[in-house]
Amino acid sequence: MHFTINGTAYTAEPDIRTSLLDLLREHLGLTGSKKGCDHGQCGACTVLVNGRRINSCLSLAVMHQDDEITTIEGLGTPEDLHPLQAAFVKHDGYQCGYCTPGQICSAVGMLDEVKKGWPSHVSETLGDVEFNDGEISERMSGNLCRCAAYPNIVDAIRDVAEAKA
Amino acid sequence: MKTFTYEKPASVEEAVGFVGAGTRFIAGGTNLLDLMKLQVETPDKLVDISRLDLAKIEDTDNGGLLIGALVPNSDLAADTRVREKYEVLSRALLAGASGQLRNKATTGGNLLQRTRCYYFYDPAMACNKRTPGSGCSAIGGYNRILAILGASDSCIATHPGDMPVAMRALDATIITLTPGGDRRRISIHDFYRLPGDTPEIETVLEPGELITHVELPAPVAGKQLYRKVRDRASYAFALVSVAGLVSVENGKIATAQLAFGGLGPMPWRDSRVEEALIGMAPSDEVFAAAADILLADAQGYGSNDFKIPLMKRTLIACLRELTA
Repeated sequence: MHFTINGTAYTAEPDIRTSLLDLLREHLGLTGSKKGCDHGQCGACTVLVNGRRINSCLSLAVMHQDDEITTIEGLGTPEDLHPLQAAFVKHDGYQCGYCTPGQICSAVGMLDEVKKGWPSHVSETLGDVEFNDGEISERMSGNLCRCAAYPNIVDAIRDVAEAKA
Repeated sequence: MKTFTYEKPASVEEAVGFVGAGTRFIAGGTNLLDLMKLQVETPDKLVDISRLDLAKIEDTDNGGLLIGALVPNSDLAADTRVREKYEVLSRALLAGASGQLRNKATTGGNLLQRTRCYYFYDPAMACNKRTPGSGCSAIGGYNRILAILGASDSCIATHPGDMPVAMRALDATIITLTPGGDRRRISIHDFYRLPGDTPEIETVLEPGELITHVELPAPVAGKQLYRKVRDRASYAFALVSVAGLVSVENGKIATAQLAFGGLGPMPWRDSRVEEALIGMAPSDEVFAAAADILLADAQGYGSNDFKIPLMKRTLIACLRELTA
């Protein structure tokens, strides 16, 4: 099977049952994406597929052979952090850090959804969306943080959203 | 997970050709793979329909919308036409799951979501839906999220969806392709089955029949809302929910379309509730009488008894808002 991950072509022959998450971690050595619940409940495995955030644990690798996949490894490097990575460091948006790659990939996808004008459950109207902390919390509800760094995660995402705006 | 063979048909006609007892279509996979990991679902063959040309939302000649079965929940909720004319649908979709799941979950798959009954999900427990004839651990067990209407001695599972509740209020039609190559149009009101003594059969779909589209009729006048009551503010299944479309003319309720989630094995609708409202001047007494009709046959199973008063209060609150 052929995959394009972070702009690099990979070939692998995993078992047909392999999830996208297990392909990344166990077959390609891309261990930035984390396995929490393995059932789409915690968001630690969030990656971007063709620019959209998904739970990589709830998707079969074989179904992603034509897709452009971006993981945390493709967003920034220790020397050149993605703005969200820098903001999470600045605001201490974690404690143990296990959920952080998923939080950051999810936030990248989420900010793109906001840019496209997608409403959320807490949006007052379905017309022009106003972006605020309540919107960040609702839109990030698929990413759990057992250390409960939520206030700092919201601070980090708000910083980047305001810088982009 | 049990292993399976994998097919990637190039057309819907080819897809329905893979009919077989152990065959499952897979699109978003967010529910099916979850269940396969637990071996609640053990298909022999997966037919990957995710790349078929069924991801468009088109206007129909009679002013409605034709929604492809593969339109992701996110895209359907964000579609300008849906946001402007079918607010109840947009709101229901946005109340469900998480951003990641809505990006993957599809229109057709959402209709076919399986119950989140704890015992259905646990292969160590008895469940007539998962293993017919094994019994029901939910009756007499933990049943906080389970049914108060439409249940049977075999099964008290609830349908977990939000989108289908809005679609039932909207009188949607489900369009399918049968393995024999015939197109079928099924009203959403006829699509789901009550459990009776065969809770493993949840819809009227034949083996191998594929949902290709959902059609919405032209939008109706009046206010629309979707209200979901749940155990946390986001990313949780409904305890109870209401999809409502109500119009008021000359101080009286002119039209009412009401569907309910969290109550039973299917998105619930009861025409007697709507008949009790139409022609009446809005008041809490009228709303309470309608709720009493809805809940006349409601039965709690212990830990879900609270749903009966909760549903009544929620419906009254929704009707106040819809008629304000």
